[in-house]
Amino acid sequence: MSADDRVKEVGRRDLLSLAAWGAFCASLATAMIGMLRLPKPSVLPDPSLKGKVGLPGAIPEEEYRKVPGRNVFVSRSELGVFAISSVCTHLGCVVAPAPAGFNCPCHGSRFDAMGRVVGGPAPRGLDWLKVTKAPDGELVVDEGETVPQGTYWKV
Amino acid sequence: MEAWKDYVASVKTLPRSVWDSLVRHGAPVTDRSRMEAVFQNLFLHIHPTRVHRWSLRWSYSLGLGLICAASFLLLLVTGVLLMFYYKPSTVLAYQSIQDIHYVIPSGRFMRNIHRWGAHIMVVAVILHMARVFYTSSYKKPREMNWVFGLVLLVLTLGLSFSGYLLPWDQLAYWATTIGANIAQSPRELTDALGITPYFDPGGFQKTLLLGSRSVGEEALIRFYVLHIMILPLLMVVFMGLHFWRIRKDGGLSRPEDADERLGPPGDDALPVFTQAPKKSYGLMAVVRGTSPTVGRGPENTVPAWPHLMTAEAAVFMFTLAITVALSFFFDAPLKEMANPLIPENPAKAPWYFLGLQEIVSFSAFAGGVLLPMLALIGLGLIPYLDREPGGVGYWLGGRDRDRRIFLQSAAFGLGAVIGLEAFAVRFGWLRDWFPGIPQIAITLFNPGTLLTFLYVAYSVWIIRRENSTRLGGIAIFTCLLAGFIILTLIGTYFRGPNWGFYWSPSHWPVH
Repeated sequence: MSADDRVKEVGRRDLLSLAAWGAFCASLATAMIGMLRLPKPSVLPDPSLKGKVGLPGAIPEEEYRKVPGRNVFVSRSELGVFAISSVCTHLGCVVAPAPAGFNCPCHGSRFDAMGRVVGGPAPRGLDWLKVTKAPDGELVVDEGETVPQGTYWKV
Repeated sequence: MEAWKDYVASVKTLPRSVWDSLVRHGAPVTDRSRMEAVFQNLFLHIHPTRVHRWSLRWSYSLGLGLICAASFLLLLVTGVLLMFYYKPSTVLAYQSIQDIHYVIPSGRFMRNIHRWGAHIMVVAVILHMARVFYTSSYKKPREMNWVFGLVLLVLTLGLSFSGYLLPWDQLAYWATTIGANIAQSPRELTDALGITPYFDPGGFQKTLLLGSRSVGEEALIRFYVLHIMILPLLMVVFMGLHFWRIRKDGGLSRPEDADERLGPPGDDALPVFTQAPKKSYGLMAVVRGTSPTVGRGPENTVPAWPHLMTAEAAVFMFTLAITVALSFFFDAPLKEMANPLIPENPAKAPWYFLGLQEIVSFSAFAGGVLLPMLALIGLGLIPYLDREPGGVGYWLGGRDRDRRIFLQSAAFGLGAVIGLEAFAVRFGWLRDWFPGIPQIAITLFNPGTLLTFLYVAYSVWIIRRENSTRLGGIAIFTCLLAGFIILTLIGTYFRGPNWGFYWSPSHWPVH
């Protein structure tokens, strides 16, 4: 047996061993992916984020109304009805109306009456939410769908 | 009749023979049986059979690592007891805590111990880290054990945080909402780069943590599973690794001249090896390191039974006494039930996170993710970047030079954090001066990042000025500690409604 033959023989065993380890790792990885897939739900179990906020005529002008039980402020200007989320864009606390707009109690972010950030750590303004009209004439606000700031529902 | 006699004799000696079958060695009165008392016992055999006298000095270790372990044991026991009554559901959780507090016999006491034990564990872990650092105990061969210790620090904080949600009161709900949104805060960066729709690690982390958009039933169950199963299991595994490495790394660190400094053992020490062992072990062939000097035994070691055992029992009793005393006089708080529509004002995390909350109030991503990660990575790298030999086993190396740098770093660390905070409180920050400034500028340049930069720059300057990496390490560690303490104090005592600065809660505006 020459030296070359020996090298060849070891090579084959190496290949088989490598293949075996490869199969081992592949099966382990597949199992892990299946396992790690579990904690991320494909449907989030939240209650519906859509809610009726009243007839267009009932929305106050030039002031904000907090929709009971929801993190939404609605108001009306000459341009139309609009809805602003009351969830602070910093770390998710609920802002409270203040004379100049909104203040966040947790880390002191401040927003003006249009939801634009004017102070504090919030990275962006308060979300504006999509307003639609239900068949019965009431307006519906979807907390799950944001729209660009300055989007109004024409009365 | 022989069989009958044997039978009677067996009955008479029954307790004895059962005991002997359980404990094979005799009473621990000889050197050999004392060793056997340790290594033939499953629960004790993580200890060495003999321990160096230096390791038993109170003034050296302060028993801090043992206090961590003791409080963890207390938390395990009281936690399991609380699980009998606690119900992880948004409807029932709050009531079940009220039941534990007001109805169940000694329920309040067990909950108080669980609460105070958690506080004591966090304090002890931080102090233990400081002890290990200031005695240079992270140096070779103990680098990896320092890293394991950092993992234990993170697990301790994780356990505290996951336990915080379970009572489902206002404090719990809003602290967890803030925590989950900190997990989401990488969006601050991806939003600025405009890549959030394609690459959203922040949103992924939040969904993983809460299992939903907001803190609710799914989040409660997830935090519960983390708190009672996943994190404690990881904790036990890493504690095992940590303890095991202590032995593999040669016991507690001690100075090279420990034997001379200790002097001869006192009369109360049980026999100390002074003679040459009669026999050398074949095992020497398979372990690393130099073989022991012929003609010398492992000097200045005493049997772990009883010396180490009594010391451990004393620390355990001390921890128990403190915890029980605190739990007797101070009740764990329980605010009103969680209300997802009205946040607490101010909404404060547990005290050990208030330093973080303080820098989070400048930028969520920088304060909540970037800087803590940098700090942890930096701490983990300390043993690999400072490889200067010497000074191991002394507080601050026992050198005036180290003490001087320690004091200078403490002064610099305190001055920098107080100065920056005072400036930000008095004059505001970028957005107050330039309202239209892009968020990325604030994320990257705020009092938190600036403070970190100052600390790192100071430490680098010390390395170059003093020509010593150890002194640079002392500088950065002391600065971090000073920053942590001051930020925590400010967050705890000087922040009121809307996170405004107030000298005292009596100045808070009344609603």
